[in-house]
Amino acid sequence: MYVAVKGGEEAILNAHKLIAEERRGDTVLPELSLDQIKEQMQLAVDRVMTEGSLYDRDLAALAIKQAQGDLVEAIFLLRAYRTTLARFGETQPIDTAKMAVRRRISAAYKDLPGGQVLGPSYDYTHRLLDFALAAEEGVGAPQATVAKEAVDEDMPRVTDILNHEGLIEEEIACDDDGPVADLTRDPMEFPADRDMRLQNLARGDEGFLLALGYSTQRGYGRNHPFAGEIRLGEVAVEFVPEELGFAIEIGEVTVTECQMINQFAGSAERPPQFTRGYGLAFGHCERKTMAMALVDRALRARELDESIEYPAQDEEFVLYHSDNVEASGFVQHLKLPHYVDFQSELQLIRSLRRRHDEDHLEAAE
Amino acid sequence: MQKSENQIPAAPETDEGYNFAYLDEQTKRMIRRCILKAVAVPGYQVPFGGREMPLPYGWGTGGMQVTASIIGLDDTLKVIDQGADDTTNAVNIRRFFARTAAVDTTEVTDEASIVQTRHRVPEDPMTEDQILVYQVPQPEPLRSLEPREIECRKMHAYKEYGLMQVSLYEDIARFGEIATSYSYPVMVNDRYLMSPTPIPKFDNPKMDGFPALQLFGAGREKRIYAIPPYTKVKSLDFDDHPFQIQQWEQNCALCGAEETFLDEVILDDRGGKMYVCSDSHFCARRREEGHSGSLPDSAAAAYAAAVGAQEQAVRGEREQ
Amino acid sequence: MAEQAATTATTRTGTTSVGIDIADLKPGLGDSVHDSQRIFRSLLEIMARPGKVIDLEHDLDVPAPLDVASAAALLTLCDQDTPLWLDWIADTPPLRAYFAFHCGVPLVERSQDAAFALVSDPSNMPRFALFAQGLDQYPDRSATLVIQTESLNEGLQVMLSGPGIPEKVSLRAAGLPEWFWNDWRLNAAQFPLGVDLFLTAGRSIVGLPRTVVVET
Repeated sequence: MYVAVKGGEEAILNAHKLIAEERRGDTVLPELSLDQIKEQMQLAVDRVMTEGSLYDRDLAALAIKQAQGDLVEAIFLLRAYRTTLARFGETQPIDTAKMAVRRRISAAYKDLPGGQVLGPSYDYTHRLLDFALAAEEGVGAPQATVAKEAVDEDMPRVTDILNHEGLIEEEIACDDDGPVADLTRDPMEFPADRDMRLQNLARGDEGFLLALGYSTQRGYGRNHPFAGEIRLGEVAVEFVPEELGFAIEIGEVTVTECQMINQFAGSAERPPQFTRGYGLAFGHCERKTMAMALVDRALRARELDESIEYPAQDEEFVLYHSDNVEASGFVQHLKLPHYVDFQSELQLIRSLRRRHDEDHLEAAE
Repeated sequence: MQKSENQIPAAPETDEGYNFAYLDEQTKRMIRRCILKAVAVPGYQVPFGGREMPLPYGWGTGGMQVTASIIGLDDTLKVIDQGADDTTNAVNIRRFFARTAAVDTTEVTDEASIVQTRHRVPEDPMTEDQILVYQVPQPEPLRSLEPREIECRKMHAYKEYGLMQVSLYEDIARFGEIATSYSYPVMVNDRYLMSPTPIPKFDNPKMDGFPALQLFGAGREKRIYAIPPYTKVKSLDFDDHPFQIQQWEQNCALCGAEETFLDEVILDDRGGKMYVCSDSHFCARRREEGHSGSLPDSAAAAYAAAVGAQEQAVRGEREQ
Repeated sequence: MAEQAATTATTRTGTTSVGIDIADLKPGLGDSVHDSQRIFRSLLEIMARPGKVIDLEHDLDVPAPLDVASAAALLTLCDQDTPLWLDWIADTPPLRAYFAFHCGVPLVERSQDAAFALVSDPSNMPRFALFAQGLDQYPDRSATLVIQTESLNEGLQVMLSGPGIPEKVSLRAAGLPEWFWNDWRLNAAQFPLGVDLFLTAGRSIVGLPRTVVVET
């Protein structure tokens, strides 16, 4: 007899053994080490840290290994671990103007203080499969050329440069003393302020944000964006221990930051000026931060008095559907048995069908 | 709550690395405060800071967080999914609490102090000494009519439920009956419109004046709500179209029960089928008491063995 | 924050910064995980079944003027996210230190800023309307008051009905101000807004959610 949904603890445990087997693959081959993942799949590690909301390269590498390279599953693993951690306090905001820059480009200016620093980038690679990477002996130890001059220490953000002329909106800092929204502790509330929106987008699924950001470029949101600046590098993380009363550096993190500059015609209260869209991610996640900045700008429609017509401007639509841990869980929960509900629907359909057939019979007579 | 041989003692080794019942104390306190407010405002959805659980969203994380916040060493837990104790997700959640909270578990409804459920209310009556925890996929009864949280929240604030009434009435105009067979909306204490979660409407009347406390947890949507004991819960209807529950022409093929929610079991690919109780424990108890249905005893035994075999085996191992 | 009183801004400034001398402190819950779970279940039981009086079994050495039951309830429910208001008799350095140490709770001066309030002298307590009532869209953001009475088996008898009560149940509480039950009617009348109460006397505690209808 076929009994699809019944199953016991034994079946579950064996399913776990089966995935362990699949994860290991052919045992003739050496097992992947976390160091290998951490060093040679850095961009995957970066994405998992960003959407997993936890800056820990080792744990992200472990999650990727455990999830057989399924990054959404790895993100979930990291989130579920993160939520069990004790909370010691809040750090000071990081200052990306003081970043040790490894890459910094602006599409808005040809040259600017600090210069353009191309840094590591796939942007101008020819997308030809590199069979040297497939060779057994590997690629050895590739080495990039070291520049003759050190990168300028003073590298002001492009938006700060525009600020001097008053051509871009002032960044209206929320009340610095007030608490910053934290989705990991409090549920979302609408209308959502920008701190909550940005946190949601930073944790949001890269693919979802990419599609939404793209939609704004194709006319579903009228953003007219310029990539004001994208920078990648290391920033210090500072914390003020209560007993000291002043900030001390507790470490550094690698982040990617994107500042989009967007056209804005002005409103009754505001003069015509450029507006901002902001994106930030752990590690090197350029596509993510650019998409995030586009969506951030689109979501500011309400505060800029723009009409809200498109999906990317609709904060409930965007914020409620951006999280891939939630989305993946709910889509896949359809695998769970629903036979009680289905039985209810069967009965209903049969009843409606009977009524329908009777009506048609009467009509025919 | 009497203990009996049906109870499965807690696993001897629980996971030391994690907090009791997985959640940290601060999270439990936050959820406990929300539960108390939910009880004070019956049917109102209290937003709570839902945490990621080690099970996916949509698989019972809300119910698990509620259970984790109320459960203690003195409790005995029963977990059902679709009315059955032995469906994979029910087994998995029971396993989770046996591991993290070292509590006793049971399949016997009246031995449990906490019953966590997905999609059913047990057939056996529950008592004042018990708590029923529902896993909730979508807590907002208005969501299918109005996707916007801001708008739904206003409707609840001002008791503006015309949209729902119109929707149900349109069903009657179109189909001659209300075309909702599960998640059938209810009014709680004459004030809040509430989703009874996707239980079949067959179970709705049980909620009214229920002696046990009913708690509802929606993890992904981050809402908790409650129905205190002995609270009025009314399924929406119209004077000329009173609320009706599902009925079957057949009885349970295994135990012969006449007034239970039945699952349709497909027997072959020629249209053969039988109906059996969805509440697996209720059905097993009746069979033990000597009741039987239309299925010959040998076939019923074979069926019961097929669906319950693994669970029995596991229980056997534990007892050794 | 959903479970918190509507005004969060003042909670930070209201945080106590009393020096804590641990040697003088009364202890908190012995087994914080399991004690608070058991106490919470009692609180849940009495909130779900208004009028049912439970005697807490926990042995707690509490500082004056706290009852065992009121201390147990507050230690179980309060933390850094729940501004607490103490009435004039309870608002003493030892009690401030007690709650700061065991719960990390921010203390607030204004009753309307509190998520929880401790009333040790009901005869001089503020009227219910002076506590957070919740918002139309968030009625959960209202205060929970813990009120110490002289007794929960003497005093004026009132009859309670509403959710959680099969028909009617009687309650006696001594030492409440004259306006108390009349104000309670006003509180219940503005449902879903309103405060929720725990009344205590020694180890005894009873819950009064805003749904309770009282006849005197």
